[in-house]
Amino acid sequence: MATSVPYEEHPELAARFPELHPALTAQHAVMEANRCLNCFDAPCTAACPTHIDVPRFIKKIATHNLRGAAVSILEANVLAASCARVCPVEVLCEGACVLHHQQQEPIAIGRLQRFAMDTFYAAGGRIPQRKATARSQSVACIGGGPASLACAAELRQQGFAVTIYERRALPGGLNSYGVAQYKLRTADSLREIEQIRALGVTFATREIATEADLKELESSYDAIFLGVGLGAMHKLGIAGDGAPCLVDALEFIESYKLGRREDVGSHVVVIGAGNTAIDAAIAARRLGAQTVSVLYRRGPQQVSAFDFEIEHARHEGVTFLWGTLPIAIHHAPEDERTTLECTRVEVNRHGDFVLTADSNFTLECDLIIPAIGQSPLLTFLQRVRGLQIEKGRVVIDRASGQTTHPRYFAGGDCVNGGREVVDAVADGKRAACGIAAALGTAKEASHG
Amino acid sequence: MADLNCNFAGIASPNPFWLASAPPTNCGEQIMRAFDAGWGGAVWKTIGEPITNVSSRYSSIDWAGQRMMGLNNIELISDRPIEVNLREIAEVKRRYPRHAVLASLMVESRREAWHEIVKRAEDAGADGLELNFGCPHGMSERGMGSAVGQDPYYTHMITEWVKEVARTPVLVKLTPNITDIRTTARAARAAGADGLSAINTINSITGIDLDTLTPRPNVDGRSAHGGYCGPAVKPIALNMVQSVMADPTAALPLSGIGGVATWQDAAEFLLLGCTSVQVCTAVMHYGYRIVEDLADGLSQWMDSKGFRTLDEVRGLSLPRVTDWKHLNLNYKIVAHIDESRCIGCDLCHIACWDGAHQCIHLDRVEGPRDGHVELHTTPAAHTARSLGSIAVTPIPRLDPPREEHGPYQAPLARIPRVDESECVGCNLCSLVCPVEQCITMQERPTGEAAQSWEQRVAEAGTHTATETGD
Ligand SMILES: Cc1cc2nc3c(=O)[nH]c(=O)nc-3n(C[C@H](O)[C@H](O)[C@H](O)COP(=O)(O)O)c2cc1C
Ligand code: SF4
Ligand code: SF4
Ligand code: SF4
Repeated sequence: MATSVPYEEHPELAARFPELHPALTAQHAVMEANRCLNCFDAPCTAACPTHIDVPRFIKKIATHNLRGAAVSILEANVLAASCARVCPVEVLCEGACVLHHQQQEPIAIGRLQRFAMDTFYAAGGRIPQRKATARSQSVACIGGGPASLACAAELRQQGFAVTIYERRALPGGLNSYGVAQYKLRTADSLREIEQIRALGVTFATREIATEADLKELESSYDAIFLGVGLGAMHKLGIAGDGAPCLVDALEFIESYKLGRREDVGSHVVVIGAGNTAIDAAIAARRLGAQTVSVLYRRGPQQVSAFDFEIEHARHEGVTFLWGTLPIAIHHAPEDERTTLECTRVEVNRHGDFVLTADSNFTLECDLIIPAIGQSPLLTFLQRVRGLQIEKGRVVIDRASGQTTHPRYFAGGDCVNGGREVVDAVADGKRAACGIAAALGTAKEASHG
Repeated sequence: MADLNCNFAGIASPNPFWLASAPPTNCGEQIMRAFDAGWGGAVWKTIGEPITNVSSRYSSIDWAGQRMMGLNNIELISDRPIEVNLREIAEVKRRYPRHAVLASLMVESRREAWHEIVKRAEDAGADGLELNFGCPHGMSERGMGSAVGQDPYYTHMITEWVKEVARTPVLVKLTPNITDIRTTARAARAAGADGLSAINTINSITGIDLDTLTPRPNVDGRSAHGGYCGPAVKPIALNMVQSVMADPTAALPLSGIGGVATWQDAAEFLLLGCTSVQVCTAVMHYGYRIVEDLADGLSQWMDSKGFRTLDEVRGLSLPRVTDWKHLNLNYKIVAHIDESRCIGCDLCHIACWDGAHQCIHLDRVEGPRDGHVELHTTPAAHTARSLGSIAVTPIPRLDPPREEHGPYQAPLARIPRVDESECVGCNLCSLVCPVEQCITMQERPTGEAAQSWEQRVAEAGTHTATETGD
């Protein structure tokens, strides 16, 4: 059982990955806070998956009640420091800000939240422990990512004993391993997790994989939360797929964040155009690649990455090749040269891909980074008896997080197919309330 | 172009903008730069036996990120020798004969002392005298300043002493730290004053440093009450100006002071009967250069309204201020929301529910209902609904737009609606709305003849009389 986390930031990382948005100074924060209209039933709050009371914390910044600001944020979202960095605020709170309708810049909610949280933690602030009577029941959370962290924190606050089972050395899931370094540093993710540990959540470094593991948990815990996320990234499935210069996007991001990879060569090709692909492409540029090409079989209208992410990548010097399909990787062991053979494709009226004749071309590459999504952890999930899974996603009751197995609850990527950290936090917290309600009822029932 | 020339009880100046007696008029060098910048006149920093000031001296009120909404000072009168100030007055007048230079005076309450200072100031060439009966701190503890200005008897006595020897117009600067400013204005007028200046600063403690627990400004761990001025005090000043000018036994040519920072402020003082205006805080904040827009803005406005001289503007709003009992009770206005301008902040909704009459509702989508509060969803229920909703991060091109937007820029569900049957026409919502011209107050004819409270009471009295007569 890990009591502290073995992690040290690689010395070069900070220089190569300065934070995307500079921190607000105290005076700038107050000026920005004063710009907020303090809307009633504010649309920014409604748009936040964790419903942080935005005008409430912003007005506290304006009155220099910085501790109050952070505490009110934490009431809604225990991972508020990382959310302030990684949330796509453009499509969440800031996207809903009424100032858009007045042709004004929206309030910089994300940066204000980060200012409040950073100031709070820098001053040695701790997540306030709620007064709750200790409960006899205990809960296991499988997976140590944001969904489980939020679920565990809320359950602890309500008096339950909680253990998080994480198979990897560092807790935090994608927050620690998979978010672009210029958005969230591993050290910051871990610092936040220490806060949750301090609430009394137990962390166990252990993989829960087999039916026997599940049986064991079922016999020792009153409820189990599945915050397992998604599994391995999809393989390209083309000729030469095993070439040595191939590394999937998550493995790539993890390796540079942990300092295992400092060099990417001159030419990098990223395949896919989701947000993870963009994170990988930008990182490749920052790590010194001369060219980084993002290949996507459809057009810019169909990408799943946010517009502002694509824009950011362009600014960093990433090139996009739309309507392009990789068909084979050619690796010449004698001179260590690898080329990627591609072809142009179009989508016809019926939605089928049609290869454009004679459009093949090759790209020279030192590194190929497939980023075409993660597959669900089906084998594992199917080991939970009675768990309904649809299109690879665990089916839950949205309000309580309860799965079709009444003692199992779930949230995060394994439920939503892969969304944002803040969605996982919201799921985890809702599930915690669902678990508390279910266990509360069970207890009352046994008394009755 | 409108003619901004000003004649104040015989004191001429090229425009009505005078610097108030304060740090911007400490010395001749400053005043000459001010005249170069365009100021029409200056009231010299109060002259008297030199004092010693403390440091620090000022504190201020910031509001929502704006600096110096209000300024407080514990400074006394001039700390320079009388002869130095008088020598510089002579020099300024020699170089700027067309500008108005008034000497603000304050000496101990002895007839000979006042006689002497008046003669010396006039010999130096002052165009007029302003008797500082207003300074609310420090000087009053020595029996001067507001100690004089708060007592009609002393105001009368000293004004009379001054008038015995004065050859130039005499203005009495009134303190607002008094229950009814008209009493001292009447005393000044009865004693023969030629004009008035109002208002001086208002007694104040601007705030307390919550670390040291010492009010500001901090002088070695302690503080004293000071005098408040700047934009925050304008409404108080306007009211005092109006009450003096509406009283025939008090009214005199008046130099309006208190929070003048823009040409609009100046126009308001003129409309309530002022002949000139004086400015201090705005100059301390931004410098003499602000006079350019004061003059330019005022003359643009006068041109657009067809006023040619200040005389044509002066006092025009006075007849429009009356007692409450004369206001028409049968005049009805209601709030109207322009949906196309609304940004959906819902501030009007909460303001009307919590601070007015519960008649702005968020029911456009569910279907409007009119009538009493019980019929409607409460603010708390709206908030609870939002907090209970499940929101997820939209994935572009996968998720449909979150809200049904309707024909306006803000979503329909967030554009409030006024129940006119309950609206009392208080204005509150139109004051909180952050969008200009979004909430306007519109007249709804009641079909009834105008009737004031006074008339209503009188009529009711007649009826009662008739009834009892029966
Ligand atoms: C620092 C300071 C010193 C002042 N000194 C005097 C003074 O010596 N004599 C005087 O009559 N008024 C004095 N006043 C009051 C101003 O002349 C003026 O009446 C007051 O500031 C209101 O105008 P405002 O709102 O434009 O500042 C002083 C004001 C300030 C801020
Ligand atoms: S919508 Fe914008 S202005 Fe309104 S409360 Fe939220 S951040 Fe402030
Ligand atoms: S004018 Fe007053 S009563 Fe009428 S809607 Fe506005 S706030 Fe409510
Ligand atoms: S205050 Fe103005 S902008 Fe805000 S909801 Fe009301 S009408 Fe719309």
